[in-house]
Amino acid sequence: MMPGPLHPPGHLAVAPVLAMAAWLALAAGARAQTTSPEVAPLTPAQWPMNYWSAFGTQAHAINGLLWGLIWLSIIVCVLIAVLVVAGIAIRGRRGRQPATTPVERSGNGMAWIYIGVGLSTLVLVVYVGWTVATMAGIARPPAAPALTIDVTAHQWWWEFRYEDPDTSKVFATANEIHIPVGVPVSFKVTTADVIHSFWVPALGGKTDTIPGRTNTMWLEADKPGIYRGQCSEYCGEQHAQMALRIVADTPQDFAVWRSKQVAAAKPPTDDMTKAGLQRFQLRCGACHTIRGTPAAGAVGPDLTHLMSRTTIAAGMLANTPANLGGWIANPQSIKPGALMPNIELSGPELQAIETYLRTLE
Amino acid sequence: MATADYEEMPQISSLADDPGLPERLQKIWETKPGLYGWIATVDHKQIGIKYLVTAFAFLLLGGLEALVMRVQLAQPGERVLSPEQYDELFSMHGITMIFLYALPVLSGFSNFLFPLVLGSRDMAFPRLNAFSYWVYLAAGLFMYASFLVGAVPNDGWFNYAPYSLKTYNPGPNMDFYALGMIFLGISTTVGAANFIVTVMRLRAPGMSINRIPILVWGTTTISVGVLFAVPAVSLAFFLLWCDRQFGTHFYNADSGGQPLLWQHLFWMFAHPWVYIIVLPAMGMVSDALPILCRRPLVGYTVVVLGTVLTMVLGFGVWVHHMFAVGLPLVASSFFSGASFIITIPSAIAVFAWVATIWTGRPVFTTAFHYFAAFIVMFVIGGVSGVMTAAVPADLELTDTYFVVAHIHYVLIGINLFGVLGALYFWFPKMSGRLLDERWGKWGFWITFIGFNVAFLPMHLTGLMGMPRRVYTYPAEAGWGPINLLSTAGAFLLAIGILVVLADVIRSHRTGVFAGPNPWDAPTLEWSIPSPPPPYNFALIPAVASRHPLWEDRLQEGSGRSQLDRGFVLDDGKETLATTVLDAEPDIILKMPEDSPWPFITALVMCALFTGMLLQSVWVSAAAGVLILLCILFWLWPKRRLLQVARPQHG
Amino acid sequence: MADLAEHEEDIVVEPMPVGSAGRKSSGWYGMLALIVTEGSLFVYLLFSFYYSWIWGGDGFLPGERPSLWLSGPDTVILILSSVAAWWGERGVKQGRRGWQLPLGIAIAIVLGIVFLVVQLYEWKDKTFAIDTSPYGSLYFTITGFHMAHVAVGVLVLLALFVWALLGLFDPRRHAPVTIGIIYWHFVDVVWLFIFFTFYITPYLS
Ligand code: HEA
Ligand code: HEA
Ligand code: HEC
Ligand code: CUA
Ligand SMILES: [Cu+2]
Repeated sequence: MMPGPLHPPGHLAVAPVLAMAAWLALAAGARAQTTSPEVAPLTPAQWPMNYWSAFGTQAHAINGLLWGLIWLSIIVCVLIAVLVVAGIAIRGRRGRQPATTPVERSGNGMAWIYIGVGLSTLVLVVYVGWTVATMAGIARPPAAPALTIDVTAHQWWWEFRYEDPDTSKVFATANEIHIPVGVPVSFKVTTADVIHSFWVPALGGKTDTIPGRTNTMWLEADKPGIYRGQCSEYCGEQHAQMALRIVADTPQDFAVWRSKQVAAAKPPTDDMTKAGLQRFQLRCGACHTIRGTPAAGAVGPDLTHLMSRTTIAAGMLANTPANLGGWIANPQSIKPGALMPNIELSGPELQAIETYLRTLE
Repeated sequence: MATADYEEMPQISSLADDPGLPERLQKIWETKPGLYGWIATVDHKQIGIKYLVTAFAFLLLGGLEALVMRVQLAQPGERVLSPEQYDELFSMHGITMIFLYALPVLSGFSNFLFPLVLGSRDMAFPRLNAFSYWVYLAAGLFMYASFLVGAVPNDGWFNYAPYSLKTYNPGPNMDFYALGMIFLGISTTVGAANFIVTVMRLRAPGMSINRIPILVWGTTTISVGVLFAVPAVSLAFFLLWCDRQFGTHFYNADSGGQPLLWQHLFWMFAHPWVYIIVLPAMGMVSDALPILCRRPLVGYTVVVLGTVLTMVLGFGVWVHHMFAVGLPLVASSFFSGASFIITIPSAIAVFAWVATIWTGRPVFTTAFHYFAAFIVMFVIGGVSGVMTAAVPADLELTDTYFVVAHIHYVLIGINLFGVLGALYFWFPKMSGRLLDERWGKWGFWITFIGFNVAFLPMHLTGLMGMPRRVYTYPAEAGWGPINLLSTAGAFLLAIGILVVLADVIRSHRTGVFAGPNPWDAPTLEWSIPSPPPPYNFALIPAVASRHPLWEDRLQEGSGRSQLDRGFVLDDGKETLATTVLDAEPDIILKMPEDSPWPFITALVMCALFTGMLLQSVWVSAAAGVLILLCILFWLWPKRRLLQVARPQHG
Repeated sequence: MADLAEHEEDIVVEPMPVGSAGRKSSGWYGMLALIVTEGSLFVYLLFSFYYSWIWGGDGFLPGERPSLWLSGPDTVILILSSVAAWWGERGVKQGRRGWQLPLGIAIAIVLGIVFLVVQLYEWKDKTFAIDTSPYGSLYFTITGFHMAHVAVGVLVLLALFVWALLGLFDPRRHAPVTIGIIYWHFVDVVWLFIFFTFYITPYLS
């Protein structure tokens, strides 16, 4: 996978923020740790959740406004700070005491208010126009969406269902999805429990998931890459560990991925994995679905193609054998409060299940 | 003749003619020493100081919670706190700061200052004032009792449903918050009514509404705001409590309820509330900053209009907290536009202060330092608010640390900094002693630097996509170093606060005597001794301008205020009521004695809420009846207060 | 006091009333503040109702339209009670008949209690309960809030009644009466909005 460039060309505005960030990082005496080694690099590589650099149509539209606001805000702050400091420096004298400084109504000063408020009003009129124009721009995708994905937020993971007129091609997955680059994708977001918020900063803004309602939104990635997202409405104990990834593929890669996802899980072939599936049905099947097996629970994530995902537990752990085994053995110590309980498994049982899960490409 | 009993010809005199007056008034107004006096006092100065001390105690608690949170956030993957503990801490931090510190501290100042700057002997409802304090204290302790049983509110200060419902939140955590807020609402409401009536009626003769100090305008405006806003939140919490206890369906989507109803009710209250907790502080700055610039405020009238306008518009922008919930475009753009417009009255205030500095002669006292910083911090916090008011930008910014940066710049910038400045400015009036300028400046610089080191970088973590309310974050997100910096800043800030605190404790006993008017200030509170006697003004002054003590120097208006001659009113506890607009003498009010009823009623109310918390019908019902009885005793019409007919004689 | 005029141009000193004199008393202003905040409370309650209705869609209202058999006359009773209280207050203001105040208040109390009892019957008639649907929750909560206010109002009137019998009031000093009765009028006016919301709008839509 090609990680995208750090910032889109022409976006010189990123420079001062990066400079400031670098300075802050040095000042803190620590170096930014980027991606953990096991996981594929994210886009952008340095601060994968930043949105001062944009990687999607919607994000680009927002970005223009955001940067405009940042610069205007900085100008306003600097201006007023300079006025205050200069006023103090010019008009003040060290060592002056209230009781000995004469009181006087020197000049009426109203001009300050007229000019200041007048200029501010002008700036605000610009803001209003710009905001409304940008809103209109992102309200609808630039083209008909190629694809509709139903998003259901759960405490504390994401369920995704790819819509298709052909119901046999509808499939579900969790926490990590692929979309084709260069076309808008429509999302219908809702929740199974409390309010969450669906957000992939590099691609666009947030949409809350409201119980009993379905909100629609769209995103379009303009470069292949792995974009990190995260639940951004407080939703309980593990709100912090409710991440997701959107992998933007070339249309060809996407088609391949999709056809693999549509397929049911491969049946187990050897004794170990057969035993694994059997134990899984018994111990885990009430909550998890593996298509093509009797396990059809709907409480936890669909695990049909677990191994096609780079992370588990909603982005918390890299999907490595060690992490997977550790998770199954003791999810509560890793993600306290998660709605997957610790399940008493014997050593062989655990190993069989884990081995079986590892076949779910 | 009946008329003689109901009407009096008020005595006018001067201290020269009546040197025994202060002593007589002292006897009439003095609170008895000892525990009873402490509980029963209705003296607004004592109540105001109680408010201040309590609010500062809550500031320290909330700050302590924040520091623990900052330790947990200092590095990725930190495990100092469990997720549950972290959630409880950030919730209680927000609740404490917003409800138990930010408004009460301003109420403290207003309580202390109102009668003094208005030229009155007490508030309109002295007993209600005491009641308001005791209820505040009780409600605060009630919410903090949740720590004792280990079930602390854990859904943030805005407490969104349905996470707050029993399905997801079965413990009593939410009940502490819901009932505590309804309880606290009583205190806030009666306090607000008291300020309003005091301003309408208890001003010195001649203090027409165009001569009222801005801090009074600020508190009065927000008090009206409180009357309109607080019912929304009390109701929201009451409905929540019903959903939790009686299976009603207000917020529960599974049975047709509306989770967003909570958000509307809450923000209809809470957006006005954020202005409620800053306008009085802005008012104090508008009054005190000019004194330290040795001139009157530039643009008194427009600043007053701006204050009122901010409050009014503040009721029309609540939806800007809900841009991401999936609203129709039209609704979003309306509230976005309204949020931009609300900037204009703030701009008026900012430019009025800047103009005051530029056309004045600033004197660099510690208070001045805080006020100058206040202006700049306000602008930083204000413009970040304006950024989030732009809907598309907010879709990215909302619920990130950018918003955390915004709220701390406005809340600390224009509440805490205003308050600390006001403390340096009015402490001499409260205690009779000056705070130490050297300590003060050290405290200021440490606080100022610590604050900016802690919170300026949060804009950046926000832009880097760090969501709020996360108990930890992964290293791969790259937020670690900046968070470490924020944590360091937070500790520096805490040291600054401790320096201020140390100065207060020290100077309280050993500070230099201030005398009545250490800043050579123009308003009425500086015309009387520091600390003021229990009756405030031996003679009710007559006011002829906005700056009674500067009149000879400013040549303001034609008349001159009368400070050494005035109404005597020494037939028991008496003060003067004047007409609402022009402040012409209207009626002589009989003021109540110290009374234990406010305290007792608050105590019984505490029992009522505890009964509701424990779901004990009997305790609640018994307490309810007792409360009615308390109120009956309290309000029983008294002949001494001339609330009832006098027995006819003669 | 002859020299006053020279010093004090601003203050015209005339004999002034002392104590709590009707609408000059602090309590009167305090009651206005209370009414503003209580009024807001009911506005928010009704907002909650209309909001839930708009978003609740078709199934929100219960099947049958509410009957006006009890609620209609009950509304009239409450209005009459306000009139009685007003008449009583007029009595003490004009100071003509000593018994007019207690009598007026007593009638107001009785009518208030009748209103409450009829309301309870109305509650019993309902086919839904507070926990059956959002409509039920809102109906019982809002009318319940109002009934609680009526109950408090009745207690206030009771206190006034006792005080009136004790002879505490005369034409010059009766601030508690003025203050208590304006509250009673407020509670009655609020009912009209609630009545409109629950009993009239279903016929309009
Ligand atoms: C002290 C309280 C206070 C104050 C005064 C403000 C002031 C403002 N706030 Fe803020 N706000 C909060 C406290 C406050 N806020 C809190 C606590 C929250 C978060 C709640 C939570 O989620 O927990 C919040 C959240 C919040 C949001 C929601 C963000 C989100 O969750 O996504 C928004 C969005 O519009 C907003 C906007 C504004 C605006 C436009 C102002 C304006 O009033 C600011 C106006 C002032 C200025 C702009 C500076 C002076 C003006 C000039 C110098 C003129 C020149 C300026 C320009 C031309 C721009 N605020
Ligand atoms: C007036 C309001 C106010 C004030 C003053 C503060 C002050 C501080 N706040 Fe906070 N804050 C809020 C209002 C306020 N805050 C609100 C409303 C929220 C949102 C909550 C929510 O999401 O629900 C919030 C959220 C919030 C967060 C985000 C939490 C999250 O989203 O996960 C953070 C994180 O850093 C933070 C930090 C701080 C810090 C470091 C201070 C510092 O200023 C604290 C400085 C320290 C002191 C003042 C203490 C000094 C005392 C001592 C050193 C101990 C001595 C002790 C004794 C003697 C007992 N605050
Ligand atoms: C009571 C329900 C329940 C049972 C039983 C259960 N799980 Fe889970 N499982 C969940 C939930 C809920 C999650 C999502 C947790 C989270 O990320 O917060 C989950 C997550 C997982 C994940 C991570 C999936 C991902 O893509 O993030 C794996 C793997 C998993 N479970 C395997 C198992 C296995 C193996 C068993 C049986 C031994 C099992 N689960 C039993 C509910 C359950
Ligand atoms: Cu899901 Cu936060
Ligand atoms: Cu707001």
